[in-house]
Amino acid sequence: MTIAASTELICFLILGAVVVLGSIGVVLLTNIVYSAFLLGGVFMAVAGLYLLLNASFVAAAQVLVYVGAVNVLILFAIMLVNKKEELKPIKGLQLRKILSGAICLGLLSLLIRVDFTTPWNLPGPKAIGEDATERIGEHLFTDYLLPFELASVLLLMAMIGAIVLARRDVLIQDLDTEKAIDLPIIENGKEPLLIDKTSP
Amino acid sequence: MLNSPIDPIPLQAYLTLASLLFCIGVWGLINSRNAVRVLMSIELMLNAVNINLMAFSSFLDGDLIRGQVFAVFVITVAAAEAAVGLAILLSLYRNMITVDMESFNLLRW
Repeated sequence: MTIAASTELICFLILGAVVVLGSIGVVLLTNIVYSAFLLGGVFMAVAGLYLLLNASFVAAAQVLVYVGAVNVLILFAIMLVNKKEELKPIKGLQLRKILSGAICLGLLSLLIRVDFTTPWNLPGPKAIGEDATERIGEHLFTDYLLPFELASVLLLMAMIGAIVLARRDVLIQDLDTEKAIDLPIIENGKEPLLIDKTSP
Repeated sequence: MLNSPIDPIPLQAYLTLASLLFCIGVWGLINSRNAVRVLMSIELMLNAVNINLMAFSSFLDGDLIRGQVFAVFVITVAAAEAAVGLAILLSLYRNMITVDMESFNLLRW
């Protein structure tokens, strides 16, 4: 085994360990802030896997979009809703966890069996290597032009939808009462609409 | 692939890693009680699918790297989904003062 191949193998093993252990931590840790930072680590490791697969453009997009945008957005959401609350105990929660764990292990064994028994058409054609970015650009502006334009429309819709959903109604109140309303970001003093008031 | 005659990492290694990540994501999606953690699990599952797409694109698709183009689209949709999902979560928190998934049962009959 050449030194390049063994380096690649070692990189893959380290990145794979980071991905698996990090995602287990994301799911199992009780402190959600630690989970969010571990999620950023998992995203970075996945970007490293993309680099191993010779996909530098997608690796850069992964770092920019996932680590730079999605993870920061998740951290903002955690800070906005980070209230210490005691979760009500629920009957059969432990049983539910064990049952769903068994089902997930079954799904995992099924997937791994498919991975190893399917006769993949290997070795395939030679990988493109460094020209991948140019080829992605060609694809995006020729045969994938319609999905590309639809993606821009989707992003616009998501942006407007997120603004409409997360907006406070303080501005309207302000104009009505002509009073400066100095309220925290989330708790806007309005009576919460959906709390069940019948239960004691 | 560093143009080595024998690939040091087989395709199955990437697929197995993606399967592990996907199953962890499914477990977290089912069992999380914090709504933000549910969104994180969804991101994990999307990343697992992306690893699969990239591995197939690199090993089986040669010059036409369609898997990479698909991965770019998946990243786009994931970003949109995260934004809208977190906005829904903020709106829900404002109205219910909790992020416990077990108390979100408004649509139950």
